[in-house]
Amino acid sequence: MNNKDLYNYILGIADNSLILGQRLGELCGHGPTLETDIAGTNISLDLIGQTRSYYQYAAKIQGEGKSEDDIAFLRLERDYKNVLLVEQPNTHFGYVMGRQYLFDVYHLLLMQGLANSADETLAAIAKKGIKEVSYHKRFSGDWVKRLGDGTEESNEKMQEAIDDLWTYTDELFDLTESDEKMISEGIGVDASAFKNQYYDEVTALLKEANLQVPEGKYFIRGGKKGVHSEHMGYLLADLQYMQRTYPNMEW
Amino acid sequence: MSEKEIKSLEEIFEARIARDEKIEPKDWMPEKYRKTHIRQISQHAHSEIVGMLPEGNWITRAPSLRRKAALLAKVQDEAGHGLYLYAACETLGVSRDELFEQLHSGKAKYSSIFNYPTITWADMGAIGWLVDGAAIINQVPLCNTSFGPYARAMVRVCKEESFHQRQGFEIMLKLCNGTPEQKEMAQDALNRWWWPSLMMLGPTDAESIHTEQSMKWKLKRKTNDELRQQFIDQTVPQADVLGLTIPDPDLKWNEETGHYDFGEIDWDEFWQVVKGHGPCNKKRMKDRVSAWENGAWVRDAAMAYAEKQENKKVAKAS
Amino acid sequence: MSKNWPLWEIFVRSKNGLEHRHFGSLHAADAEMALANARDVYTRRSEGVSIWVVESKHITASNPADNGELFEPAQDKVYRHPTFYDLPDEVKHM
Repeated sequence: MNNKDLYNYILGIADNSLILGQRLGELCGHGPTLETDIAGTNISLDLIGQTRSYYQYAAKIQGEGKSEDDIAFLRLERDYKNVLLVEQPNTHFGYVMGRQYLFDVYHLLLMQGLANSADETLAAIAKKGIKEVSYHKRFSGDWVKRLGDGTEESNEKMQEAIDDLWTYTDELFDLTESDEKMISEGIGVDASAFKNQYYDEVTALLKEANLQVPEGKYFIRGGKKGVHSEHMGYLLADLQYMQRTYPNMEW
Repeated sequence: MSEKEIKSLEEIFEARIARDEKIEPKDWMPEKYRKTHIRQISQHAHSEIVGMLPEGNWITRAPSLRRKAALLAKVQDEAGHGLYLYAACETLGVSRDELFEQLHSGKAKYSSIFNYPTITWADMGAIGWLVDGAAIINQVPLCNTSFGPYARAMVRVCKEESFHQRQGFEIMLKLCNGTPEQKEMAQDALNRWWWPSLMMLGPTDAESIHTEQSMKWKLKRKTNDELRQQFIDQTVPQADVLGLTIPDPDLKWNEETGHYDFGEIDWDEFWQVVKGHGPCNKKRMKDRVSAWENGAWVRDAAMAYAEKQENKKVAKAS
Repeated sequence: MSKNWPLWEIFVRSKNGLEHRHFGSLHAADAEMALANARDVYTRRSEGVSIWVVESKHITASNPADNGELFEPAQDKVYRHPTFYDLPDEVKHM
């Protein structure tokens, strides 16, 4: 491969979009209102669109004649590099919006950095992504506030979701070897540099939403290194079902 | 109002429709017109949102990213169409929540085709090609129906729907040009969806109770049997392009009538499914009901939050 | 306690230079959500550049029963239309 680090770096970003898009795709038709179904699907479609741009580029970098779908569907679980946060299940709507918000704040900061990347393709994808992700963040942030500061029941449920999901936030800022290599070349974004900004922003919104900011100092990590939660295998079983069952066919 | 007065209002009303004038929500209308429209528009809306379920079943398993995005967009459109239609219905003085209640209690009907299971990827193709194909035949004339809000909703629906059938046919085409296994998958889907698609256009004219009145109000332009014939006539050549066989040994071109003759439809199966005993009736309702019930706390929270914000605004202003 | 989300009317400007046109309605708990929902429901195919939302209950509509007195008196005021005035053909630019 021409540039293994760039390839890995792209996948580290793209896999988050794929897996979160996949999770949101489970919900279409099962949400609390038609309006939220339509909105959630829009976010899912944005993420899958981003995924396709990244994978198409990654396939080119890889130079082995593979397609976006080969990358999306035909890897082993250990080779998916998404963070644990995005693979967490749709336990209830509070989890869906909490997961989305905790990711969106990070995602937007990352896109804003990536828009200045020395790699023109990545910068172009990021520039388009900024507009999409800004809207995602507004949407999910509004919902966290509504649920946090809605009824007593919704406050409890939203708090439960934030407490559970919080433990996956720190991993967002971990840097892999490929990340560091790409940062040094001016291609990658140093996520650890905006960690404080992330927590400040999230904390402010949680407070506004009448929610407690979790005090836990213990975090779970592993997704970036391909060590996923038990949910991941089932998610991939769905995702990969067709490609695994009917190998080497066009759809 | 005296009976005589109502009668003369009704005559004026029918004359307006006959002149192709549109009826708007606040216009006087016979009670039967209102009720019939609530029934038909809500049935149509219910069909859209129940229809999301069998296709939603394959979003997570779509075989490529391109297909996944297209399917998501299609199912999303169906939510949109349900929404437009519920809104049209609401102009007649019934709320969406009441309509949901009718659906969930089993009082309201929806298209019985969605009570069949989607068991292979080819079903996404067959539904787009056949079910949306049959739906379009039903829907296009409704863009000119007499009730303004319904007609306007249908214009939007038909405009958006045009990609759905093409999407389905493209899935089928890809399968039919693929491996023998893929082609078999496509044929199997056609075998399972063909007859339910014919049934979807409604009972035969002899059995259909609403046709005459619906024709007058332009809720219908052609009878069920005419629509069915039109569907068969336009679909058979499409099956030929795919190289698939329609699962009807009696199907053959009739030089004299200029139409295809076709075999006997199993109406017992149709009525069984309509009456709630199809393969997926219970599952579809369970999914809709649980989405609604599980979402109650979310909807309540949003209202409570909105009220709090409103109160804050008022407090600030005073 | 369940209270339904109220109905909102959605107006969309398709492009600058055109007026906002009524596109349809939807449900939302508040104005912010109505805007967001309108964006997702009514502009998924790039149909708009600007959105207005109005809660349906704030719209006052004329009653069709009054149509006679409201709108028919205008029908015989033909002198409001340019075609009412006879001018010789040789007069240009008027």
